[in-house]
Amino acid sequence: MLYELTGVTKRYSRGRKTVDALAGIDLTIGEGDFVAIQGSTGSGKTTLLQMLGAMDRPSTGEAMYDGRDLAKMGESDLSELRSHSYGFIFQAFNLIPTLTAQENVETALVPWHVGGDERRRRAREALDGVGLADRARHIPSEMSGGEQQRAAIARALVREPRVILADEPTGNLDERTRDEIIGLLEQLWRERGQTLIVVTHDTWVASRASRRIWLDAGKLAPEGSGRPGPVAEPETSAREADETVTERMAEEPALV
Amino acid sequence: MFFTYIYRELRRRHRQALLTALGLAVGVGLVVAVTAYAGGVGKAQDTVLHSLYGVGTDITVTQTAKLSQGGPPSFQMNPGSQSQQGKAFSRAAIRSAPGQQSLAATKVTQIAALSGVKQAVGGLTLTSMNVSGKFAKAASSGAAPGSQSSGSSSSSSTSSSSSSSTQSAATASQAPINVSSFSISGVDVTQTGLGPLSSTQLSTGRIFTSTETTTHVAVLSQSYAKQNKYTVGSTIKISGKKYTVIGLVTSSAGSTSTSDVYIPLHLAQAISDNTGKVNEIYVKATSANDIAKVKSEIKSALPKATVTTASDLAGQVSGSLKSASQLASTLGKWLAVAALVAAFAVACLLTVSAVSRRVREFGTLKALGWKSRRVVGQVMGESVVQGVVGGILGVIIGVAGAMAIAHFSPVLKATVGQTSTAGPGGQAPPGMAAAMGQAAQTVAVHLTAPVSLQLVALAVGLALAGGVLAGAFGGWRASRLRPADALRRVD
Repeated sequence: MLYELTGVTKRYSRGRKTVDALAGIDLTIGEGDFVAIQGSTGSGKTTLLQMLGAMDRPSTGEAMYDGRDLAKMGESDLSELRSHSYGFIFQAFNLIPTLTAQENVETALVPWHVGGDERRRRAREALDGVGLADRARHIPSEMSGGEQQRAAIARALVREPRVILADEPTGNLDERTRDEIIGLLEQLWRERGQTLIVVTHDTWVASRASRRIWLDAGKLAPEGSGRPGPVAEPETSAREADETVTERMAEEPALV
Repeated sequence: MFFTYIYRELRRRHRQALLTALGLAVGVGLVVAVTAYAGGVGKAQDTVLHSLYGVGTDITVTQTAKLSQGGPPSFQMNPGSQSQQGKAFSRAAIRSAPGQQSLAATKVTQIAALSGVKQAVGGLTLTSMNVSGKFAKAASSGAAPGSQSSGSSSSSSTSSSSSSSTQSAATASQAPINVSSFSISGVDVTQTGLGPLSSTQLSTGRIFTSTETTTHVAVLSQSYAKQNKYTVGSTIKISGKKYTVIGLVTSSAGSTSTSDVYIPLHLAQAISDNTGKVNEIYVKATSANDIAKVKSEIKSALPKATVTTASDLAGQVSGSLKSASQLASTLGKWLAVAALVAAFAVACLLTVSAVSRRVREFGTLKALGWKSRRVVGQVMGESVVQGVVGGILGVIIGVAGAMAIAHFSPVLKATVGQTSTAGPGGQAPPGMAAAMGQAAQTVAVHLTAPVSLQLVALAVGLALAGGVLAGAFGGWRASRLRPADALRRVD
């Protein structure tokens, strides 16, 4: 198992109020899994992603990654992990607005201290891999949402990380672009065998994953396995149920 | 990547970056202009002192005469016998300047031997008064003495301007009397660089050689020569002897402190009954730090002497130059400091606010594995570039301001006033005006505002410091950002 989380909690204090974003998570993720994490706003799915991505440490519990406890690692070790083992994809693309697509991909290689030429070569290759070679010298404001996310994916992949963590990667995209992007991610996942963890509220996106996890109020719901059938997934709240049914009826995703 | 990122970011917020740089530039520019102005004032003060004092003279030593000494010269005007009546006459009297007592020339060697003294030179300044006219015929021996001296003085010197008409007892000449006077300085020709000639500049001819101790040669001031139609090579009569004019000098800086005639010291001593005596000693110290020490040494060696240093003189300077220097030092400095502090504050605020608006950007970089200090480095780099631009602009503004000051400043006047050792009324020997504290000497100077290379370096350094300070504030803010900030939904 690549990830083994045991009793992981995360508590935030805001003045006199404390919020338990995660209230005891037990979770394992195997190498090469494609995991979708679903849940409503405030369910803690973003916080869980932060834990898995070594962006934050749990308040209590164990978070083993590749045999090392993330909860006990210092900031510089976590930074090391982030720069070598993980690739991130964000909902808002999070490209540096003043840099070109190629330069944005290069920013991922800066912590590696590779030489300028090597860096540029690898960045161009990565852009090629996502079909964005002709946009290499454009800045984000000159690209469409889909192109920007492709650039972000190239940036996430240029280091060939073991784990890709995506936070609502299609949240800011229209339907057709969403399909393209998820298609691209799936293809790359199949080609490279990386572990892919995607946080999403989009049921169709989640349905592409090999595993689906539900979070509600900081706790995991018991999992369904594989791709769920039309009524198979466990609903954790009425609101969630409404959401899913509405989406389903609108989209008529292809199953199986 | 480092420089590309800096350049792109500054270009993105170019208006703000320019504002920050401009703020620093104004603060720095003001410092440059004020410092240049203060420097110019300092130079002007030096000019004043040098023109009144002679370049290289650190201390002057004189001795005030007691009131019983001196007195109006007697010309022996009384034509005793009848045979002289109707004849023309011409008399000259050469005296030390009234109010000054002569010192033995041995004192010069005594002072030269003191520690801290590099050179000591003696000088003798005299006034020569000439009376010429015609003896009138007396009507009878009991004629009323109505001295009719319509003393029209052909004032021939620029410094000694008084023409005194002489009164003598009994039969006086009734024809118009011409009275003129000029000043004579005896110069120690064996010592160059120090002495009465050191506040002058050679304009034609030459000055004395060290062998001409008793040669009848003279150097004239250009204005005196012009008024009396002397040139190099002509002959001037002093005390009945002929002297050849070998050179003409002008004063160094629009001052009124030159003698009319300079002759070798020995001859000056001879014609004024002052053999072996001087009435002023010019002293040069080995270094500026020794001046105060030398002054006290001289005072203990010569208790009755008046010892004056350049700083004593500086304290007496009054006039628009002094006001200018006060303006520079108080108001100017505070203004510049205040502007600089304000500029630094603006730079810091703008930098911190810029960082606050890039939370997601920096969070993402940290999520990508950028170390905190790398992110801080970017912020610092942006800030330093603004500092450099501000420094360059500041130098331009400062230099322009300094040039404007120099261009538009009026001619400043400096007047050396009275000291406590005011002697009896009369002429102050040129070049010793301050020591005597007699009639005020006024020097006019034009203000400059020099910008030195060090000043430019200071300006750029200050601007850079501002940039670094702002970068530190911004960097601190950036270092507190976490990778998780990349995931913030609301910006």
